[in-house]
Amino acid sequence: MVLIVLAQTGAAPADLVAARSQMAFSLGWHIVVACLGVGMPAITMLAEWRGMRTRDPLYTRLAHTWARAMGVLFAVGAVSGTILSFEMGLLWPGLMGRFGDVIGLPFAAEGIAFFIEAIFLGIYLYGWDRLSPRVHLLSGVPVVVAGVASAFFVVTANAWMNQPTGFTLAPDGRAVHVHPWSAMFNPATPAQTVHMILAAFMVAGFLMASVYAVGMLRGRRDRYHRVGFLLPFAVAAAITPVQLVVGDWAARVVADRQPVKLAAMEGLYETGTSVPLHLGGLYLDDRLRYAVPIPYALSLLAHLNPHAEVQGLAAVPPDERPPVNMVHLAFQVMVGCGFFLLALGAWAAVTWRRRRDLPSTRWFLRAGAVSGVLAVVALECGWITTEVGRQPWIVYWILRTADAVNPAPGIGLGFFAVLVVYTVLTVASVYVLRRLAGRDPDEPETGIPVPAAPQEGSPLRADA
Amino acid sequence: MTAVTAFLALLGVGLVAYALLAGADFGAGLWDLLAGGDVSGAPARARIEHSIGPVWEANHVWLIFVITLFWTGFPPAFAAFASTLYIPLTLVAFGIIARGSAFAFRKASTELWQQRLFGAAFALSSVVTPFFLGAIAGALASGRVPPGIAKGDVVHSWWNPTGVLAGLLALVTTSYLAAVYLTRDAERDGEREVAEQFRRRGLISGVVAGVLALVGPFVLFADAPHFAERLTGNGFPELVASAVFGIASLVLLWRRRYVAVRVTAALAVASIILGWGLAQYPYLLPGLTAQQAAADPAVLRAALAALSVGAVLLIPSLAWLFVLFQRGVHPPVPATRGGAPPGSLTGGGRPPG
Ligand code: HDD
Ligand code: HEM
Ligand code: HEM
Repeated sequence: MVLIVLAQTGAAPADLVAARSQMAFSLGWHIVVACLGVGMPAITMLAEWRGMRTRDPLYTRLAHTWARAMGVLFAVGAVSGTILSFEMGLLWPGLMGRFGDVIGLPFAAEGIAFFIEAIFLGIYLYGWDRLSPRVHLLSGVPVVVAGVASAFFVVTANAWMNQPTGFTLAPDGRAVHVHPWSAMFNPATPAQTVHMILAAFMVAGFLMASVYAVGMLRGRRDRYHRVGFLLPFAVAAAITPVQLVVGDWAARVVADRQPVKLAAMEGLYETGTSVPLHLGGLYLDDRLRYAVPIPYALSLLAHLNPHAEVQGLAAVPPDERPPVNMVHLAFQVMVGCGFFLLALGAWAAVTWRRRRDLPSTRWFLRAGAVSGVLAVVALECGWITTEVGRQPWIVYWILRTADAVNPAPGIGLGFFAVLVVYTVLTVASVYVLRRLAGRDPDEPETGIPVPAAPQEGSPLRADA
Repeated sequence: MTAVTAFLALLGVGLVAYALLAGADFGAGLWDLLAGGDVSGAPARARIEHSIGPVWEANHVWLIFVITLFWTGFPPAFAAFASTLYIPLTLVAFGIIARGSAFAFRKASTELWQQRLFGAAFALSSVVTPFFLGAIAGALASGRVPPGIAKGDVVHSWWNPTGVLAGLLALVTTSYLAAVYLTRDAERDGEREVAEQFRRRGLISGVVAGVLALVGPFVLFADAPHFAERLTGNGFPELVASAVFGIASLVLLWRRRYVAVRVTAALAVASIILGWGLAQYPYLLPGLTAQQAAADPAVLRAALAALSVGAVLLIPSLAWLFVLFQRGVHPPVPATRGGAPPGSLTGGGRPPG
């Protein structure tokens, strides 16, 4: 499939692959940190609020610890987001030159959200001892709102790439008569944005819970670890069932509006009626092999009618089909992770109802420890489904990815540079975060957490 | 004022804000690099960390603001710019990544070798980034980025006398701004010696900037005569203003008028940027005017409306932030530039603006 796409490009074929990989890699990296940026402030505020209500210093300590990690994560999120806005132009000038204005409004709005987030995060992180507890808690609200808003805005731009509306194409290929609001609120926007925002809370919640599950597996079963696990886990587990319903909604939007993507997700070659749903399998020579069929299920899920017609890949010429195996696999893995996380939440809920406690087996903790990883896997697979499933189009049915890429010589080298830079960034971030997490959580509560960076007498000075 | 000129003006405001605020944060990185050994350089490094820690991230948002407004307002010009200049842009992006994260990591780490490592990454990238940003400006000014996708030379568009001159000028002016701001910060917090140290550095970098400004016209007339003519034509008043403010700043710094020099130094730098803009106006790229490159009017209006609503939200928020952190709490906390406190509570804290 890739080869077919490549045949049409002005850029060297290897450069197109490299540019796509570079985009995918830096987006895939940013999105994990961005999800923490969206979800963590709310969960941290929840702990702070419980601390105020119950007067239990344990919650306040948790809130302090999480706020400290947020400081590092936001810095990394900001710089990894910046490179993305550069890459939109330097990798895809064909997209930005023709349609940059059509998707400009959400990015302008996002800029405002970033400012608001930066200001109030500063107040929240630096203001513990300057504000009354109530006001301090409230100062977190704009951070949450702005985080959710920035996720919303940027995903509307992506939804537009899936469902380009709000403009007319002039003969010279430029977009004219632009209606920026209808471009922003295109048919793919509602389901995609809701699905993304819920995903951000799931990822943040399960990841935070994982940290404490690992701690408990290592024998630290104190109350601090239990609450540190329970609070984010409860948030994420409560969202999971809603997320699956929204995912189903997203799939139905795809079935109606991007039938080729749906066919790739399901590995369906021939258009047909009463189509079964296939679990697993490998797509070879235009057929899905070794899959487990569930009769009528695809027709039913996609169009709420067991006999509905579902379009297959054969409906479009081969050079307009995405790589099937990757999309099919990614979709199945996302759904699989979703159901696993649902089951895990249900298990916890049942034991909690019975005896006000979490399941006591180590297996539950093991599952809790991987839940964060699985949420991230679901997230990445969802994006692979969306983005690879749209290929060979960068703007669905309007502009091919190959025609949007920067034809400048040497562009492909960027990918390798990005790989190196991000490897270093990942190692350093993980190292620093682990050290933050590893600081003794049991020190006496002073109302002020251990300064990670005592600015008075900076560490540099202290060591000197 | 048409929507197009309003948009251009907004871009200009964003660019100046970025240069004056984030530029100084970069300059501080250069001084961090040159501060000296672990022991002798410690006070200056602590001062730098103290001053830029809370603000650099919010200052950085101005760049994102400029980039997204550029592609929203003038898409074809943005495509030409980004595709031809992808090499310096990539290097700038890497510089930003290294700088921001290394700075946050250095604050969150406690061992000397880590602080040295992250500190070095922070300082080096602080030098590299402004140079390439300047080179990008030089490429645009000298008319070496033609309209169309990747139509310019990906190396020689920015690696040429004008680009190098602009890169060096960016490096020197940002370090000059940083020294000027830091002098006042240090003085206010009673760090006499550090203040003197930065004053000396400010004077040196100010003189270097002056020398570059004197050599500049010769380079420009030789390398980019068209731009040089327009700069001394359209942009002439700004050029004069910049020279006047520049000399005034040196005098004020010499006489230890640290608050006043902040203003004049900022005005000198702003004038250079404005002069560049006026010299190019109405052309964004050779043969492509702002009007021709402009987005659909509906887009410009919608974006301007969104930004106005945003301003209504932002201004009171910023004001609260400022007031909040100017008020001292127990041990009297020295206020820092941008009004944020020493972050005694968090690791690499997200800064207030
Ligand atoms: C925690 C993460 C997570 C979980 C558990 C799920 N998803 Fe998802 N999914 C995402 C996270 C995600 C995402 C945030 O990564 C995507 C990528 C683009 C988007 O808008 O959301 C996505 C995209 C995405 C798409 C493509 C939308 C498009 O291209 O327009 C479909 C059809 C689904 N999902 C369906 C589902 C179903 C049926 C699920 C479970 C039963 C499910 N998702 C669970
Ligand atoms: C093409 C895609 C994207 C671009 C160009 C982009 C751009 C950026 C930029 C420039 C920043 C830094 C802002 C700052 O300095 O404060 C940022 C941060 C952020 N982005 Fe992205 N982003 C993209 C994808 C996404 C997606 C899909 C989400 C959805 C969750 C997202 C959510 C966020 C959030 C919440 C932040 C702030 C939190 C943090 O810094 O960690 N971004 N992004
Ligand atoms: C942050 C979450 C996201 C992830 C993980 C992600 C993932 C990917 C992947 C895997 C590709 C490669 C597809 C291929 O070439 O086969 C890709 C391409 C791309 N994505 Fe996304 N994406 C995300 C969000 C966005 C958003 C919000 C935008 C736009 C505003 C966007 C714009 C693009 C563009 C322009 C390309 C390159 C052209 C193309 O391949 O279609 N992405 N992304």
